[in-house]
Amino acid sequence: MSANKRLIYLDNNATTAMDPRVLEAMLPYFTNKFGNAASRNHPFGWVAEEAVDYAREQVAKLIGADEREIIFTSGSTEAINLAIKGVADMYHSKGNHIITVTTEHKAVLDTCHALEKKGIEVTYLPVDEKGNIDLKELEATIRPTTVLVAIMYANNETGTIHPMKEIGEICNRKGVLLFSDATQVAGKIPVNVKESGIHLLCFTGHKMYGPKGVGVLYVSRKNPRVKVTAQMDGGGHERGMRSGTLNVPGIVGIGKAAEIAMKDMEEEAKRLSTLRDKVENAFLQLEEVVVNGDTEQRMPHVTNISFKHVEGEGLMMTFNQEIAVSSGSACTSASLEPSYVLKALGLGDDLAHSSLRLSLGRFTTDEEVDYAVEKISKGVEHMRSISPIWEMYKEGIDLKSVKWSEH
Amino acid sequence: MAYSDKLLDHFNNPRNVGTLDKDKKNVGTGLVGAPECGDVMRLQIEVDDNGLITDAKFKTFGCGSAIASSSLATEWLKGRSLHEASGIDNMDIVEELELPPVKIHCSVLAEDAIKAAIKDYQEKNGFAG
Repeated sequence: MSANKRLIYLDNNATTAMDPRVLEAMLPYFTNKFGNAASRNHPFGWVAEEAVDYAREQVAKLIGADEREIIFTSGSTEAINLAIKGVADMYHSKGNHIITVTTEHKAVLDTCHALEKKGIEVTYLPVDEKGNIDLKELEATIRPTTVLVAIMYANNETGTIHPMKEIGEICNRKGVLLFSDATQVAGKIPVNVKESGIHLLCFTGHKMYGPKGVGVLYVSRKNPRVKVTAQMDGGGHERGMRSGTLNVPGIVGIGKAAEIAMKDMEEEAKRLSTLRDKVENAFLQLEEVVVNGDTEQRMPHVTNISFKHVEGEGLMMTFNQEIAVSSGSACTSASLEPSYVLKALGLGDDLAHSSLRLSLGRFTTDEEVDYAVEKISKGVEHMRSISPIWEMYKEGIDLKSVKWSEH
Repeated sequence: MAYSDKLLDHFNNPRNVGTLDKDKKNVGTGLVGAPECGDVMRLQIEVDDNGLITDAKFKTFGCGSAIASSSLATEWLKGRSLHEASGIDNMDIVEELELPPVKIHCSVLAEDAIKAAIKDYQEKNGFAG
């Protein structure tokens, strides 16, 4: 990677660049304002505590919560663990059943798997070809022993948005707690936990132009008052739910990121969805291209596309010196399995292997997108020119009828 | 994943991409892998009367390592006898391209493709077994 080569970043669902305004807000808290927010007896502590309180308000506003409902964590993974394990522990006497969805992030799925080993029962709801759950099935799955429904706000791979308001209505009617992983959503589209009837919700700084290493868990204080059992023992910070000295610079950063996002969200979403549609329409001009997920109810900045008869990792190698995207191909994962999210949508493994995810962001420009579309399209053409199955497809051979040698 | 310069060279400048007439008697074709597995390799050899491989072509659907492995295989096949060609071991490919452990299966696939192409040629030309 030479230093003067332009690099185009279209992988904003993995992480975002930090907004310079966020960095500026954080800097004093690394140096002269270094105090511990728990030091109640001197100005160093007061300054830090004041900054944390302010960030708590900024973050609460972003999701329509009260600042007393905000718990700072090290990120979404920790917040997810705290929410799910914390509820399972706290409400154990009420029941031992959790409902989630097959397309959740690994942080949710693996947390549920860990609980299953301890005797908690977990139902994994399937999704349709667009990535949506069946709300009637959700309702029918709720048992008297169900303590929690955990459903992500929007999917990280496809951008499909779940109807949280409808899901919230069902959970509240049934008297079940609802947790939503809003990692890909916070700061991008409007979220209001009260209007949607969400009891626990999490997100992280680094997906919304803030810093890594800081996240938020919202825990409802009223109607109902929710409690989670702490998963780390220590000094009893964050109302006893999350011990550990507060990451003051990080918290200031996520607060500032939330404030900026709230101000710019509407305009940014409009700009990015226009850019995204331009990308998608350009790719759809190529032959044998399909868009994965729900093209109506989805995040404004994401597209997930399969280029048939081309393998995703190989395709990425044609342009990844200059352009960063991600793929559902097995070859990009350590497990050698293609994306379980795309498979859950009913895509064949062949299409999952052929997928790319492009996620645009605040700093993505028109020119970058045009350049990326040109380079990626060329890559697709090249990879097809050396693909035996593209040749077979062009000869009219039904690939499903071919007897392949599995390996 | 950081790949070796040799691998990247084969990926960026694949050797011997193309198609030989599979119906010709002196052409052997090996098609291995499956779209569901994320890689399909087609390797073809053209053999002269003395049993020497005079030409080799490939097309591959797969990741960078799979494409580079098959490109390298065609380079190695040209000018070799069938006997020599059947001795190409996947670990030779692993070493030459410095394949990371998770990509060793790509070299196995290339070895399978070589063996399948030789077998196809031999069957067409009445070799036993």
